[in-house]
Amino acid sequence: MTAANDEGGDIEVLLPWHAAGTLGARDRERVEAALANDPELARRYELVREELGQAIELNESLGAPSARAMQALFAKIDAEPARPAVVSANLGVRIREFFAALSPRTLAWSAGAAALAILLQAGVIAGIMLKEKNAGGYETAAAPKSAAGDGAYALIRFQPQVTAADVTKFLETNKLNIADGPSAGGLYRVRIAAKGTPKADLDRILKTLQDDKVVGFIAVTQ
Amino acid sequence: MQTTSDEVLIGRIANGDRLAMQVLFARHHVRVYRFVLRLMRNEAAAEDLISDVFLDVWRQAGKFEGRSAVSTWLLSIARFKALSVLRRRGEEELDDESAEAIEDQADDPEVALAKKDKGAALRQCLAKLSAEHREIIDLVYYHEKSVEEVAGIVGIPEATVKTRMFYARKKLSELLKERGIDRGWP
Repeated sequence: MTAANDEGGDIEVLLPWHAAGTLGARDRERVEAALANDPELARRYELVREELGQAIELNESLGAPSARAMQALFAKIDAEPARPAVVSANLGVRIREFFAALSPRTLAWSAGAAALAILLQAGVIAGIMLKEKNAGGYETAAAPKSAAGDGAYALIRFQPQVTAADVTKFLETNKLNIADGPSAGGLYRVRIAAKGTPKADLDRILKTLQDDKVVGFIAVTQ
Repeated sequence: MQTTSDEVLIGRIANGDRLAMQVLFARHHVRVYRFVLRLMRNEAAAEDLISDVFLDVWRQAGKFEGRSAVSTWLLSIARFKALSVLRRRGEEELDDESAEAIEDQADDPEVALAKKDKGAALRQCLAKLSAEHREIIDLVYYHEKSVEEVAGIVGIPEATVKTRMFYARKKLSELLKERGIDRGWP
């Protein structure tokens, strides 16, 4: 076929998909540019559009199956053996299933509640920071920025629903010092061990912190 | 209004949800029926076959991985089943024979009228194409399938999809020319 061997032919074979609107962005742009510059190709495109219209009309004239088809289907389904529930292998489908199960109003309320929780968390933690700073509490406990390198640090993001009391208790229990933060994304830089702590011990500390219910995210940092 | 996606329905069907099956059936059965009817040319056989197609969906829903659209998956199942039935009935050659049989209609009043109505002539010629050519024309124009999707349904390389579509259209032009309609292409 010569039509597919040159650039013009390559474009021409794409015309049916262009007419049906099923081309990717790149091919669509190529076809549109060619149509704008080639009157003969544009004439042929009109032929394609005629075919498209008549193919749709022909198919639509075929009618529809009777209710017998659905009855037959469910009679066959009824005859099928019962089966255990399965979980879809597709994560995307499971996520869509979760959101599909929520009504639009529920979704709107959930989104609003989540946004409020994040704001509250930011406010609560900022409050702790200011209070402790004024009282000289965390300032003495936290390592100043200039002291970076004198210990092992981790970035921590707290769970949105935790209270100020939860955070305070967490810091005290684990003898942690907030060195910096919160940065974008609500991350705090926290000193978790002294400089030179063996990696195995650091991993153990990190695991303990990670398991705490107030921690949403934690990762070792410089 | 929020509509449940086909993928979500398939997930529910995998868990034995009959209502989800009803919704999916209502959404797609007419198009699947028409696709099968164009291949089989027998309304009763096409109707019988679509219940088998959706029964396969009921049985296989748990294995659907969402790599293609649900409508593409349905057409793949439908095509496989239709061709299996046609093979069993030994009707593979029927299409070419029937196409040839219809060619001697030059003086038919219907054909004469068709010359005046280009749209009707086009539809008659579309109906006369071979099964292979009808199939690709319908998948591209009516079922709105991309090159990649057609390749997946028919089981041929994408380059072959393009050339097959080209030749289907070329044959269509030839059939129109035989009826006295010259489109000036190819």
